[in-house]
Amino acid sequence: MVPDDRKYTQEHEWVLIEDDVATIGVTDFAAGELGDIVFVELPEIGSEFSQGDTVGTIESVKAVADLYLPVSGEIVAINEAVVDSPELVNSDPMEDGWLLKVKLSDAAEVDQLMDAAAYGQLLGG
Amino acid sequence: MSDSSSLKTTPLTGWHSAQGARMVPYAGFEMPVQYEGVLAEHACVREKVGLFDITHMGELFVGGPQAEAWIDSLVTNRVSGASIGKIVYTAMCRPDGGVLDDMLVYRLGEAEWMIVCNAANHAKIGAWLKRHLPAEGVDLEDRSDQVALIAVQGPDSRELLCRLEALAGRAADVDALKFYTSFTHAGPRGQWIVSRTGYTGEHGYELYLPNGDALAVWEELLTRGADLGAAPIGLAARDTLRFEVCYCLYGHELEEDITPLEAGIGWAVKLKKNDFTGREALVTQKGEGVPRRIICLEITGRGIARQGSRVLCDGQDVGVVTSGTFSPTLKKPLAMALVDASVSDGEMAVDVRGRSLDCRIVSFPFLSARTKGDPRAERTLS
Repeated sequence: MVPDDRKYTQEHEWVLIEDDVATIGVTDFAAGELGDIVFVELPEIGSEFSQGDTVGTIESVKAVADLYLPVSGEIVAINEAVVDSPELVNSDPMEDGWLLKVKLSDAAEVDQLMDAAAYGQLLGG
Repeated sequence: MSDSSSLKTTPLTGWHSAQGARMVPYAGFEMPVQYEGVLAEHACVREKVGLFDITHMGELFVGGPQAEAWIDSLVTNRVSGASIGKIVYTAMCRPDGGVLDDMLVYRLGEAEWMIVCNAANHAKIGAWLKRHLPAEGVDLEDRSDQVALIAVQGPDSRELLCRLEALAGRAADVDALKFYTSFTHAGPRGQWIVSRTGYTGEHGYELYLPNGDALAVWEELLTRGADLGAAPIGLAARDTLRFEVCYCLYGHELEEDITPLEAGIGWAVKLKKNDFTGREALVTQKGEGVPRRIICLEITGRGIARQGSRVLCDGQDVGVVTSGTFSPTLKKPLAMALVDASVSDGEMAVDVRGRSLDCRIVSFPFLSARTKGDPRAERTLS
């Protein structure tokens, strides 16, 4: 079951577009693969990045994963709740466990992302 | 998915898969790395009781009139003179003092012994023993393929073990087991070895069983332990549990280029006993002082140091992290590191993927073990 209200990346991140702001998180699959997440590092609000830049890390007990920015832009919000309680990413990765919000600098990049059907196929569904 | 067709299985592999455990290749076996999740499993063992399938370990049986002296000539600790049922933790070294493996040696009878080695080193140790076998007086038999091993670990492990049907009437023997002792028992399909040992730092037992007894015992433990909260525990939690109490893990704190004196298991090296492989090198190293030692670090910067991260003291590279993770009990990132023996103070840092994280040296171990005495004793944290 892949929600079709948003877009996805090869790195198992999701991107929810509202006007010119993208909310970004990791998918259920990614959270499950990582296991118990114990540490989340997110970028400074106000900093600007390009598509594909590494902007943070997510660490579980056993592994570490980079957080890639799926769309270029300025960081306008980070989820302080997951910094304080990283387990939120495991318990609710698609909603309350969101990671950051980016003000899009190139809306055309959104079209390069996968839709729910394509992401479902990537997962082998 | 990895190709699991060439991997060995245990009598419980099918059970693990059917329960939805995440299976991984480990030392040639297909083993469960986690079931519910590493944090929940870790807490289950610290607070209640957990079951581990560790059948991948190697069991080598040694017998014969010369067995006692022969084993003693190959290991760093003293096994000769051990009473029947006694278990000795030891290293086995190369002539240069480097550790081939760490292991348990059981005295099962007057001239009957069992060596339990790490799965990853099983082939190496089997070959090493064979190569050093004397012409007569010692029999060596590798029964690893016939022996299953289930660990029952946690403060409620004694209660749970005594509920096993097959051990009915042996509660007094279980109660009498001191840490690092064992007894043998006639199980439904052959000999069991019931051992007060473990790799978690908690009160616990390990059951060596004929393969054919393993699944029934495993399921019985879970059923009879349901009210105690007994649950299966994967290899991921096995690692975090041993890490918090600073037990060495081969491939991390122990390696062929690390001596037992450097690794901090000098208490298992008896230089005054008879000659043994590696003794001369270890006597020399002890006389000159060890060049490196294991230290405990608390990472105070934001991030987790893991095996391979370099350790810096006042900006100088002084060693490497051997194990590092987020401690589920202490709820902070901790690490063990092998560093120059001279390091005792200074501005400490670890390099984690190009980022320097501050850290500080803390006392050993991170968490005190409760293997002896009250299984629910107040713990000491470093």
